[in-house]
Amino acid sequence: MLDIKNLHVAVGGKEILKGLTLSLQPGQVHAIMGPNGSGKSTLSYVLAGRAGYDITEGSITYNGEDLSALKPEERAAKGVFLAMQYPVEIPGVTTMTFLKTALNAQRRARGEPDLDAIGVLKLVRAKAKTLNVSEEMLKRPLNVGFSGGEKKRLEILQMAVFEPKLAILDETDSGLDIDALRLVAEGVNALRDPSRAMLVITHYQRLLDYIVPDRIHVLAGGRIVAEGGKELALELEAKGYEHIVKVPA
Amino acid sequence: MSIAVETKQQVAEIGEKYKYGFVTDIEMDMAPRGLSEDTVHFISAKKGEPEWMLEWRLGAFKRWLTMKEPNWARVHYPKIDYQASYYYAAPKNTPLKQSLDEVDPKLLETYKKLGIPLHEQMALAGVAVDAVFDSVSVATTFKDKLNEAGVIFCPISEAIRDHPDLVKKYLGTVVPVTDNFFATLNAAVFSDGTFVYVPKGVRCPMELSTYFRINASETGQFERTLIIADEGSYVSYLEGCTAPKRDENQLHAAVVELIALDNAEIKYSTVQNWYPGDENGLGGIFNFVTKRGDCRGKKSKISWTQVETGSAITWKYPSCILRGDESVGEFYSIAIANNYQQADTGTKMIHLGANTRSRIISKGISAGKAQNTYRGLVSVYGKAKNARNYTQCDSLLIGGECGAHTVPYIESRNPTARIEHEATTSKIAEDQLFYCLQRGIPQDEAVSLIVNGFCREVLQQLPMEFAVEAQKLVGISLEGSVG
Repeated sequence: MLDIKNLHVAVGGKEILKGLTLSLQPGQVHAIMGPNGSGKSTLSYVLAGRAGYDITEGSITYNGEDLSALKPEERAAKGVFLAMQYPVEIPGVTTMTFLKTALNAQRRARGEPDLDAIGVLKLVRAKAKTLNVSEEMLKRPLNVGFSGGEKKRLEILQMAVFEPKLAILDETDSGLDIDALRLVAEGVNALRDPSRAMLVITHYQRLLDYIVPDRIHVLAGGRIVAEGGKELALELEAKGYEHIVKVPA
Repeated sequence: MSIAVETKQQVAEIGEKYKYGFVTDIEMDMAPRGLSEDTVHFISAKKGEPEWMLEWRLGAFKRWLTMKEPNWARVHYPKIDYQASYYYAAPKNTPLKQSLDEVDPKLLETYKKLGIPLHEQMALAGVAVDAVFDSVSVATTFKDKLNEAGVIFCPISEAIRDHPDLVKKYLGTVVPVTDNFFATLNAAVFSDGTFVYVPKGVRCPMELSTYFRINASETGQFERTLIIADEGSYVSYLEGCTAPKRDENQLHAAVVELIALDNAEIKYSTVQNWYPGDENGLGGIFNFVTKRGDCRGKKSKISWTQVETGSAITWKYPSCILRGDESVGEFYSIAIANNYQQADTGTKMIHLGANTRSRIISKGISAGKAQNTYRGLVSVYGKAKNARNYTQCDSLLIGGECGAHTVPYIESRNPTARIEHEATTSKIAEDQLFYCLQRGIPQDEAVSLIVNGFCREVLQQLPMEFAVEAQKLVGISLEGSVG
């Protein structure tokens, strides 16, 4: 489903990813771990197509298609979803309005008819319940005044509503206490599906206690420096990154 | 592609997108080009006006000859040649009173393109439209239902003939003939407009609406609106404006006067979408408008809501004179300027009575190379004890070549007054746009969504059927403004 080959990415002329290779199949959950500054967020942004992240070498193939040739919104319509580390606030736009606008934009891009207001409301309500997202939250402007936990839950709610094929979770655990973390992780686990691939990006092992990955890649200095099963996370937790990662200069 | 290059390309395209830029080919009955006492006589005669009205106009014209065009606003435009314009244009073969069936089908087609619901659907929408086509009101609907309630809703030319006492009593009492250069010009040459009178204790049974449209080339449109809400009455009035696309600039100098007596309330909403000119700043409407409401009675209320997306130049300050004790004035504004548009708009809240309150919410959006100025006056007079004002001015910038300016004037002559002013300036953040794109929302739709969010407090003030149109307009006016 996702094939990243020898990916080099520069931001503002500075090379951040230096030859990253990664492959992900439907139904799989892979984790990307790595120290700060290793290029984790750069990877998530370049997959989503953020402006300013320039591919200088290598390729990203998504379902047989060159992903880098697509605009960010086209990627979204084709099932690429990025749960962001810092979800942004959009004052004056209610969460519900945002969800409806986004869902219908994706549907239109796929040639599907719009869902009417009632249809969206039903869909969102059903999904919101399991994630403990209140009706009141849906009426508030998007992310404005939301707590860290609320913001992350809302990201997962969007993932549930849009039903992406490839979900990238960027530091979804950051800023969450243990209860919030569990709730978010449960939401993610409920979305594990044989047709869906997930890339879970995290600094800490604790998230992987809840979302157990099929495979772990350790990113450092812009390259994958170690790979293994879920036990690799425990090793990292016990010994620290420095032990495994001989950080290139 | 860099954002700057893309912006330039997309801005270049937007000039082509003015949806209402079509011309209706109808024979026009016109006054000779230019402005003189003869022009005033011509217009007055065409309207079949009584002598007192002609005298009033001539007085205004004499006064106007002595006045200078104001130049304090932050707008720049070539000198207007007042002798080069036509001051009266009416569709030919239009006898004064006629039913909708008799109206030229081409005219109705025009309205259809504009999306004005002039036929039966209006009943469903509950809107009565007094459509002003250039200078003459050609169709007025829903008169019967309004008559039942005792509401007078008619072209002002008709009111001058049929309700001279009311017109004489109120015309020019809020915006005096001598008020300012453009208002005085309007007093001399106004060709038509709307008159509304809501009698004591009557809640107007429907939203009243006028749709203005400038059609003939090189004509000025000088409509005049007079709305009187008698004691304890309520009326909501909607005004929408569009004009066809032309290379020359057209002058629009309207006057609107509102009068609210004791315990009366007037809600006046405008969606202004005059042709803004092309992407190089060629053509477009010069919109110099004087709108003022007088809260003459105690506990009266006047509320202005405006969505200004059009015109090359906007010079407009809908104001409230809070004369009656405990009267309330409100001003909710969205002003969008794109390409080379210049908007200098705001309000004046003049607190004369005790315990008067005013509220100003202004949202200015600038894109392209546009300049957008909020200019407002809050003035508390000596007798206005416990007067209160709250002002909030927010500016949103799109791109790096536009400007937003806030010029608040605050005067207080009473120590018990409380005046608050808040102002913010922000840009559409790159991370907001990226967030929307990532969720599948294309760029233009994302800008529209974010800007509509920014304007939400004001949009909420509009009557429902107008709000939807206004939201779309906000999006259309900013299409392609972000690269």
